[in-house]
Amino acid sequence: MFRRLAGEEAIFQDSNSTPPTVGLFVTCLVDLFRPAVGFASIKLLEEAGCQIEVPDTQTCCGQPAFNAGHREEAVTIARQVIAAFEPFDYVVAPSGSCAATIRRHYPELLADDPKWSSRAEAVASKTYELTSFLTDVRSLAGVKVELPEKTIAIYHDSCSGLRELGVKTQPRSLLGTIENLELKEMEEPEVCCGFGGTFCTKYPAISEVIVSAKTKDIDATGADLLLAGDMGCLMNMAGRLRREGRRTEVRHVVEILSGMTEAPPIAGRQEDQS
Amino acid sequence: MKVQSADFINRSAKAIGDEQLQRALGNVRKGFIGKRAKAAAALPEFEAIRDEAVGIKNHVLNHLDVYLERFEANVKAAGGHVHWARDDAEARAIILELCRKENARTVTKGKSMLTEEIELNAHLEAHGIETVETDLGEYIIQLRGESPSHIIAPAVHLNRDQVEADFRRVHSHLAEERALETPESLLGEAREVLRRRYFDADVGITGANFLVAETGSSVIVTNEGNGDLTQTLPRVHIALASIEKIVPTMEDLSTILRLLARSATGQEMSVYTTISTGPRRADDQDGPEEYHIVLLDNGRSALLGTEFQEVLRCIRCGACMNHCPVFHAVGGHAYGAVYPGPIGAVITPALAGIEKAGHLPNASTFCGRCESVCPMRIPLPKLMRRWRDKEYEKGLQPATMRRGISLWAFAAQHPRVYRFGTKYAAALLSRLGGARRRIARLPFASGWTGARDLPAPEGQTFMQAYAAAKKADRS
Repeated sequence: MFRRLAGEEAIFQDSNSTPPTVGLFVTCLVDLFRPAVGFASIKLLEEAGCQIEVPDTQTCCGQPAFNAGHREEAVTIARQVIAAFEPFDYVVAPSGSCAATIRRHYPELLADDPKWSSRAEAVASKTYELTSFLTDVRSLAGVKVELPEKTIAIYHDSCSGLRELGVKTQPRSLLGTIENLELKEMEEPEVCCGFGGTFCTKYPAISEVIVSAKTKDIDATGADLLLAGDMGCLMNMAGRLRREGRRTEVRHVVEILSGMTEAPPIAGRQEDQS
Repeated sequence: MKVQSADFINRSAKAIGDEQLQRALGNVRKGFIGKRAKAAAALPEFEAIRDEAVGIKNHVLNHLDVYLERFEANVKAAGGHVHWARDDAEARAIILELCRKENARTVTKGKSMLTEEIELNAHLEAHGIETVETDLGEYIIQLRGESPSHIIAPAVHLNRDQVEADFRRVHSHLAEERALETPESLLGEAREVLRRRYFDADVGITGANFLVAETGSSVIVTNEGNGDLTQTLPRVHIALASIEKIVPTMEDLSTILRLLARSATGQEMSVYTTISTGPRRADDQDGPEEYHIVLLDNGRSALLGTEFQEVLRCIRCGACMNHCPVFHAVGGHAYGAVYPGPIGAVITPALAGIEKAGHLPNASTFCGRCESVCPMRIPLPKLMRRWRDKEYEKGLQPATMRRGISLWAFAAQHPRVYRFGTKYAAALLSRLGGARRRIARLPFASGWTGARDLPAPEGQTFMQAYAAAKKADRS
């Protein structure tokens, strides 16, 4: 289903340097809940001419500890991630949230550490969210993917990717090249879904109000497919959509971009029929 | 300062169950956001002005002593008086003393969050001085015995019917059959009633949006003109301002004013911007005979030079709360503090102590929208996170939360332990998900499953599946 566009082949062949090495930051939620996103990421990055490695000392970016005030533990985890990913030309994550933690918060966490601050800066500056890496760094103009039937999709802007990394047009421009996919916008695509890491378990009633407003917006578009770039938001919205008995299919954006839709969606139609 | 934030969970649950409140909060979500976006988009240099304003305020905060002394000298030169108050008790005492000297029986007030912070009304009333709020929103909540639920729209939690009922109840001297069906008629009635009160007042108390060091002026911005009447009609004008409200020059004031109304209500400017410098002069047509500035610290100077100094840039526009999904869900009263929303989550622990305000910096999804609209670029999520650090250091977090994160963090620092744990967790959760791949109830994650299903994992972790795929590749 997936083929590289003719034009891009030329771009990568023209570059006489060896293919860049990319360390894939898998993210803890992808690792635990949705390996399909990891494989889809590898496929997309390979198609974009990169050489992928998955360091096996990685666990998580440490954001839960960082946001919960466990600063020292977050620092230790940050050092571990930096050491694991230093050897690569780029660090790429199928998540704006984890990429933003490495890119925006590691330098802050390690700013006062003379041994680590420059290493943190160096890794931060080469860390990207996946769709932004493909478009901004690899200049990928599109993907050759065709959906089996006409599908209306909407994209939810996850907060960290949007506000900390400026991920907004990148996934949309790639999605725009998929055949049979019509991209619509929900009323407030930039409003938080109410996940917020531990927020949704600490303040479940408030989180429920926020996610319910979101599912209402999603439903109002009549879209068949809800996409986003972060597993946390996706699981939150998918979980609520299923509880409400709605049928919108939910997937990580890289699953669609890679054409790898064999895994049942996180929520929605396919598994309802099974 | 009264803080009831320890009760945040109950207060927010009550707010969520209040249908009327939920409808009223829809106005915050729909109204303010679009208006701000439009106003910002219409001013091409908006972002540049933000940077400039941040620079002005950072400079002032780094030299606050210099500018406060300059301000004081210029107030005196203009014939006014400056009073320094270390805390709320001192501020209350100074203001009461000034009112007593005037034998004041009635005091009119322009809207001031700072007088809420020091609970001034109750103090004056306890000493036999009647206080009359003159801002429409403040007037309404005063009738109801409530506190503001928003720093620029104090009665945003109410609807028109409620206000009409309150007016009919309190204004019993007016005709029963009068029409009060429109916002205009409500405003007209409040004006009618308040008009007489302006003339009754012996003292007028206002806040100050800004203090200008080079001229010794206090500045208020309003949309109703009530602030002007409050500070010009009575014989004495007292302006209560916190020390960080200072800007060096009129030029700096004009820069920051270009951000305030646009960020708050989406207006280019508020309807009234009133600059007061000293009492009335011989050739002035009106104005107070005495002009007093009460400069309140109340914990602010302790923030200077700390990681929390940036919060003192706040110009009280309310944009952060207008854009906060948590504020949209629960409203301002749920926070149980004078300043609600993201800015309150940073200011309240600074002024009242993290022990009293623990929930507030936690009740955020860290979506970052507050920071993105803050005209003064205050890094609100970062500062909330710093309060969470302090909470952890002091051992104030709930034990289960602390232990849970520590356990997880231990595993995250030991990849082999982590792999072992995730492998079994993925397998177990996958089995719990069954054929329909959804977990509707999970005992230790009831916060999650109360409102949503947990999508079941695929079964193997990525790391397992990837290692297996690589092995298969090699053979």
